Amino acid sequence: MSGLIVRGARLLGGETGDIRIVDGRIDAVGSVDPAAGDHMIDADGLVALPGLVDLHTHLREPGGEASETVLTGTRAAAAGGFTAVFAMANTSPVADTAGVVEQVEALGRQHGYATVRPIGAVTVGLEGRQLAELGAMAASRAQVRVFSDDGHCVADPLIMRRALEYVATIGGVIAQHAQEPRLTEGAQMNEGPLSGELGLAGWPAVAEESIIARDVLLAEHTRSRLHVCHVSTAGSVDVVRWAKKRGIAVTAEVTPHHLLLTDETARDYDARFKVNPPLRRAEDVEALRAAVADGTIDIVATDHAPHPDERKECAWAEAAFGMVGLESALSIVQHTLVDTGMLDWAGVARVLSTTPAAIGGLAGYDAPLAVGAPAHLTLVDPEASRRWSTDELRGRSRNTPYTGITLPGRVIATVHGGVPTVLDGALVDADTVATTAGGR
Amino acid sequence: MKHLLTTRDLDREAAVRILDVAEEMAATADREVKKLPALRGKTVVNLFFEDSTRTRLSFESAAKRLSADVITFSAKGSSVSKGESLKDTAQTLVAMGADAIVVRHPASGAAHRLAHAGWIDASIVNAGDGTHEHPTQALLDAFTLRRRIHGADARGRALDGTRVVIVGDILHSRVARSNVWLLATLGAEVHLVAPRTLQPAGIDEWPVTVHALLDDALATEPHAVMMLRIQRERMVDAYFPSEREYGRMWGLTAERFAALPADTMVMHPGPMNRGLEIASVAADSTRSTVLEQVTNGVSIRMAVLYLLVAGVEEERA
Amino acid sequence: MSARPVLHSDDIARALRRIAHEILEARRGDGRLVFLGIPTRGTALAERLGRIVDEIEPGVAEIGSLDVTMHRDDLGRSATRAPAPTRIPAAGIDGSTVVLVDDVLYSGRTVRAALDALADHGRPRAVRLAVLVDRGHRELPIRADFVGKNLPSSTSERVFVRLSEVDGVDEVAISQ
Repeated sequence: MSGLIVRGARLLGGETGDIRIVDGRIDAVGSVDPAAGDHMIDADGLVALPGLVDLHTHLREPGGEASETVLTGTRAAAAGGFTAVFAMANTSPVADTAGVVEQVEALGRQHGYATVRPIGAVTVGLEGRQLAELGAMAASRAQVRVFSDDGHCVADPLIMRRALEYVATIGGVIAQHAQEPRLTEGAQMNEGPLSGELGLAGWPAVAEESIIARDVLLAEHTRSRLHVCHVSTAGSVDVVRWAKKRGIAVTAEVTPHHLLLTDETARDYDARFKVNPPLRRAEDVEALRAAVADGTIDIVATDHAPHPDERKECAWAEAAFGMVGLESALSIVQHTLVDTGMLDWAGVARVLSTTPAAIGGLAGYDAPLAVGAPAHLTLVDPEASRRWSTDELRGRSRNTPYTGITLPGRVIATVHGGVPTVLDGALVDADTVATTAGGR
Repeated sequence: MKHLLTTRDLDREAAVRILDVAEEMAATADREVKKLPALRGKTVVNLFFEDSTRTRLSFESAAKRLSADVITFSAKGSSVSKGESLKDTAQTLVAMGADAIVVRHPASGAAHRLAHAGWIDASIVNAGDGTHEHPTQALLDAFTLRRRIHGADARGRALDGTRVVIVGDILHSRVARSNVWLLATLGAEVHLVAPRTLQPAGIDEWPVTVHALLDDALATEPHAVMMLRIQRERMVDAYFPSEREYGRMWGLTAERFAALPADTMVMHPGPMNRGLEIASVAADSTRSTVLEQVTNGVSIRMAVLYLLVAGVEEERA
Repeated sequence: MSARPVLHSDDIARALRRIAHEILEARRGDGRLVFLGIPTRGTALAERLGRIVDEIEPGVAEIGSLDVTMHRDDLGRSATRAPAPTRIPAAGIDGSTVVLVDDVLYSGRTVRAALDALADHGRPRAVRLAVLVDRGHRELPIRADFVGKNLPSSTSERVFVRLSEVDGVDEVAISQ
């Protein structure tokens, strides 16, 4: 049977080797002799990573197709080296029923660029009042295991307690968007000297930290699992570290942009830098990087949030929160963690693939690049460097904050379940991917 | 100078220059013909996304006295508030031939965005953006102070050693921010007074002395006390418990006014809440500069429009 | 590039004294005589002329200045200049003889702007023009009534007027 051979890649242990993929699975690793009809990918100088998994993506479909669709979002994901994305529930209609999550999951399967695992809403309509039918979503074809009202905080402590208790019975996890709503009414940017000077309503760190503190205690009390979305402050890191030391079942994520950018970017009122949670101080960025390195923060997740130009080409307070991140995530992680010596490539595989898959209950990622495992892999050229521009984007929206910055690393190939979605640094066309994936 | 967005951009020389030009503009008010030809053939657009009759009329009057063509566009309730972006609106106005856009907007940074987003090439004058800045108000306040202190001898001078106390809702006040930077640049000694709830984050890093209590600040025997308008709705948001308590602790009451040095000026950017932040006896006294501030506003805005629009940019000249 | 002096301090003083006499001789009737200097050096010259006239006929001269910046026809073509003060005598200029005073008469455009500026302040009975140097090359139909020195020059040359009030020294020089 003909296969796909990755020739001479740098493997996670640092050694160089080949990888042979047959029938969607890894057939051999090491020194591989090509069989007749095998396709070859020259991976000389490239690092082989397991396919990346994003636990926090906004695909916008249904309802927000002007910004992104499942197809365009998973193309952006593939271009960034991702083979699986967890799609957030704040669509229109909200993903709070089995019907919506099954639709999103099926679209992902149909297009084939990446596995799409829908995240279910915790409460009906993200309104924070009544629990959504978590059990029905878990039992649906979409097999939802992660529940989140992301964009909104599950602020009511009683609802949060019940959600944590309820989700434990179905083996799921609550991914909390930690933002005390009363402390952040009208908030626009990190509360600090710059917010005072710019006249933008401040978003205090305590609004995030107080919710995380409450929730880890609730998780302990309910003996349930909590995942904290997009941790953004040094104080939040301290709370998570304390909770883990205490044995509480909490995991935490950080976005690439919080590992690089600070609140100083608001000085020009350019709304591309407006994001929820807001960009914080340089001290917070340092604490977040250290927390990824020491494992306090478990994963990096993009919070890829596409918006059309008109939602950003306006006054700051009128602009939408969020930035796209799928295409740039791996480069930012290399720039902030690998090139600074804080994380090796095996560590990158941990924070961008194995651990997010484990948190999200996604099978097939627990043994990265092992013989017999599903063939999800990403080849990255760590020596490449790009001056970032919107030309690097593959999704439908252009709200990247990195324009003009030179970033290291480039995804040369992505393979999703044996199907190449990126080859020679370019996306494989949609028909080919859909046909090949459908044939599996 | 191409734009006026914040008083932080003004160095001492530039600030004094604006005040000096405003003196010449003020002098034209006494002439037989009050109109100057300086902006003949230029178009000034007043783009107001927020109601402000006083500021709008002041800018209109300034532009007309300089012979500019004036288009006033009250964007509130128009297609703009129905979703047309700031970018589209600005590009439309430039397509109509605007040389300068005077913009008032409820969102902080709107003027900055118009000037620097690369959408348009007109000069931008910030006529108040959210809770950020209101630079022409600060300039007219400085002009008023300088005239009262130095009289006919004011040209070329700054405000070195002038002690100014600014009282009220510093957190939400664009007038306060613009005044802090400008007055400090001009050498004045600035004191801010507000309850802790209405002090912005980072106020300790500003070039000012901060007081929580008004009486502590008034004990410095200031040359001027500037009372900021307090929005009654702030009470609902728990910034202070009641109007009565605010007035008692941070209002310029008749008693406090009587205890001030005899030549202390009383300033207010208007419109005033009499009996809340300022007692009528203070507002109506000869030491009140409230009406002068309005008159001086036209001179300052003439000076700003003249300096921004009349010539070509210095780099290109 | 060397500047060649053409008028020294005593030449300037002599020229102004002569102009003062000519102005008084040309004056008809006993109307008010208002000297308005065009900033910056015209203002200094107007003050000197006014003082000399006052010595000859005390109480006749009134002195002021007239800024023309905002009436210039090249305003929109050059970097913005801050206007200088305009000082009009308290009695105004209506019915008076106004003598505009400037240092150098060249294209005539400054004087044109001055005539416009003057109209905003009232209606004089007559307007005269006194200049220290007339270097020719007029671009407008304007001529001076009183000239300190006619100085034929080429357009590539520059004429410098320095006055002690502004420059610390009295001198007129020409350079290539």
